[in-house]
Amino acid sequence: MAKEHVVSVGTYLLIGATLLALTIATTLIAFVNLGPFNAAVALTIATFKALLVILFFMHVKYTHEKMTRAVIVSGFFFLAILLALSMSDYMTRAWR
Amino acid sequence: MADSQATVVETDVQNPELRHHFADMEQQKNAASLGMWLFLVTEIMFFGGMFCAYLVYRTSHFAALAAGSQTLDIKWGAINTAVLIVSSVTVVLAINAIQFGRQKLTVAYLVITVLLGFVFLGIKSIEYTNKFEEHHVPGPGFHFTGTFDDNGKQIPVAENEVQLFFSLYFAMTGMHALHMIIGIGIMSTLAVMTWKGRFSQGYYTPIENAGLYWHLVDIIWIYLFPLLYLISRHT
Amino acid sequence: MASAAIPANSIPVAKTNYLTNGFSLKSWLLTTDHKRIAVLYLISVTLFFFLGGFFAMLIRLELLTPQGDLMQADTYNKVFTMHGMIMVFFFLIPVVPATLGNFLVPLMIGAKDLAFPRINLLSWYLYVIAGGLFLHCMLVGGVDTGWTFYTPFSTAASNTHVIEAGLAVFIAGFSSIFTGLNFIVTVHRMRAPGLTWDRLPLFIWANYATSLIMILGTPVVAITIVLVAVERLFHLGIFDPRLGGDPLLFQHLFWFYSHPAVYIMILPSMGVISELITCFSRKRIFGYKFIALSSVAIAVLGFLVWAHHMFVAGISLYAAMIFSFLTFFIGVPSAIKVFNWTATLYRGAISYTTPMLYAFGFIGLFTIGGLTGLFLATLGIDVHVTDTYFVVAHFHYVMVGGVLMGFLGGMHFWWPKISGRLYPEGWARLSALLVFVGFNLTFFPQFILGYIGMPRRYWQYPGEFQVLNVLSTAGASVLAVGYLLPMIYFLWSLRYGPIASANPWNAAGLEWQTTSPPPTFNFDETPVVTWEAYNYEEIDAHPQEVPVGR
Repeated sequence: MAKEHVVSVGTYLLIGATLLALTIATTLIAFVNLGPFNAAVALTIATFKALLVILFFMHVKYTHEKMTRAVIVSGFFFLAILLALSMSDYMTRAWR
Repeated sequence: MADSQATVVETDVQNPELRHHFADMEQQKNAASLGMWLFLVTEIMFFGGMFCAYLVYRTSHFAALAAGSQTLDIKWGAINTAVLIVSSVTVVLAINAIQFGRQKLTVAYLVITVLLGFVFLGIKSIEYTNKFEEHHVPGPGFHFTGTFDDNGKQIPVAENEVQLFFSLYFAMTGMHALHMIIGIGIMSTLAVMTWKGRFSQGYYTPIENAGLYWHLVDIIWIYLFPLLYLISRHT
Repeated sequence: MASAAIPANSIPVAKTNYLTNGFSLKSWLLTTDHKRIAVLYLISVTLFFFLGGFFAMLIRLELLTPQGDLMQADTYNKVFTMHGMIMVFFFLIPVVPATLGNFLVPLMIGAKDLAFPRINLLSWYLYVIAGGLFLHCMLVGGVDTGWTFYTPFSTAASNTHVIEAGLAVFIAGFSSIFTGLNFIVTVHRMRAPGLTWDRLPLFIWANYATSLIMILGTPVVAITIVLVAVERLFHLGIFDPRLGGDPLLFQHLFWFYSHPAVYIMILPSMGVISELITCFSRKRIFGYKFIALSSVAIAVLGFLVWAHHMFVAGISLYAAMIFSFLTFFIGVPSAIKVFNWTATLYRGAISYTTPMLYAFGFIGLFTIGGLTGLFLATLGIDVHVTDTYFVVAHFHYVMVGGVLMGFLGGMHFWWPKISGRLYPEGWARLSALLVFVGFNLTFFPQFILGYIGMPRRYWQYPGEFQVLNVLSTAGASVLAVGYLLPMIYFLWSLRYGPIASANPWNAAGLEWQTTSPPPTFNFDETPVVTWEAYNYEEIDAHPQEVPVGR
């Protein structure tokens, strides 16, 4: 049997606490006027939270499987293509 | 990519969970895990279509979406985010417990996860009821009274465009809630199976893979919260 | 020394094979054997093909005369919608992966089954449920939106059964997703020892690339259909212009899947062609790595070009230019394949068996279809020919001249393996000829019709278009005969065809190393692979005692 990496309970609780703290942070920052950067900050925090869940809770940090990373990256990559190329239409409609 | 060699491990042959077309438990586990990750990619693309719609309309109708967002109760959204985060912790603690063979503890954590899932859905139903009462549900009964800035002045926004926000809100959180319900069903089933002794230190792959699904549902909410609730709170 | 072929008559005849291993209905309906599931799919897919063909016949009959005299305009809308939906979702997308793919993928990699046999069975049941729902929808009045479901007609104006048809397509989509998921995991995790990626048959590479598209693209059309249903049912208007919504957003989301979907259709057929060309020229494939990687390239590039279906829909000119530019690129990997197949033929020992005839037909017709795609990618030409019969001819050349010819070639090639019988070669060659002649007579006039201005989806047309339409309908009749004949002789061969040996074509590939038909678990011992794909020089250096094919 392959040796499973066992992540300690302490690590899980630490990551969980970090995620909760980031939730509070993103909620409070929303009330501060950062102009156009509000969205960027909120999404950055969300992405960081998602990364913590993926790396630690979904064990991607501890896996030897390269396929897992390839699969995750390609999923987000093709989503990015959908968003970017669709926006290439909407953002240029007003151009003349 | 790791090639799984077809070497038969003696102990594996006797493992009743080994399916006939796999050479050993490791190959079976790797296959199941890869299969679940691929399924999660389909979920990312599935929700991705709605994120695309959101992005398009946020860019073209920012004021209308912001007006709609401000009518959401941020407290419930934040609490729900915390609920899901804690439930992801209980999921990984359940897996940790079964890795040490502690079946009863595993069951306990899975049950707590399910309860937290119900809390999430309960809060969502409170929110949906509020939206219904405020006539913010899209359709013939929709009516939006407008938002006000800090000076009490009404911000002009097209009523029909604000309905777009609520369509996105109900579509995205509704689809997310449906996935939560499915997740609750899966976790409950696994709790019962663990209680009956089906899983052990040597075999707990379904719990791991169900955990991956649960975490993805959490991640989707991690994005939905700022995108739907926090569009423009500083005005 | 690494000879792939075991002399055919040294393989013991299996006492039971996958067909004789249980005759009850339950043993078929609850099977997890990928080969039986492939046969179940074959039956279902064929039924839908003839149903879609029936609607095609109604279209061609109506278009025999310029007036709309066979049916009313609303009915005609339903007829071409049914034809399109059935052919796209219930035939073209599953046909090669779910039949030939399901049957051959484990055999070709030396595995006992796919990674998830029960999910494979679920996949078939989802297809059947979707099909049943669609048939019901058809019987209660059908749907008239075109297979493309465009908003706002589908959400706000159509009074036909849009949601039911959409739900059927949604369920069929999940059938497709599960097949793709199964293939990817199987190819990654269950290859026989020694079978490295660069030794895989190109049919496997093709199905692998197809599976990538299935996984990444299908969910987007799934959510799009859900949003259409939700807009119709609950007035959650996302595409509704009255709410500031954009109907074009539907088209973006729809085509994000539906363009890559056409590569789901063609890639497995291209994989078949690689198998046929090598076997019937007795040569290694020219440029193995290029063909393998071109399949993956088509899968990836296919996701970058979808808005070429929307050039005149109202997208920005700049986006149109971007998508036009990207669309030109996708011709490159397809062209690489065609060049490499042709180079494989050069100085080969060609035999003109039925599968090879279909392969030749594929190369010629797919090339024509592909080249006309370049015309359509060109903005200046597209504004004139879009939504005309030029487009209809283009996609029928690649779908029917491409996908269907590849499928028929593959069915003939692997029929001995699947059924244990040989089909009658004379009748098969005649059918191939009828298909080729009938096809060109049906669809070449449509290029001209489109070019001179006949729009698509119209049930009546000006009198000057009639001659070409009559030619097209005549061709369709010949084509129909060409399709019916294989139905007859394949069924005939099940009872009266000569018994096939393990390797009647003397072909390379692990599937030919087991009996015809194979036993339920495919191989008595897991093979160990030490040879390259298509090692025909070595195979032919050790001649078999069994005559090679016909």
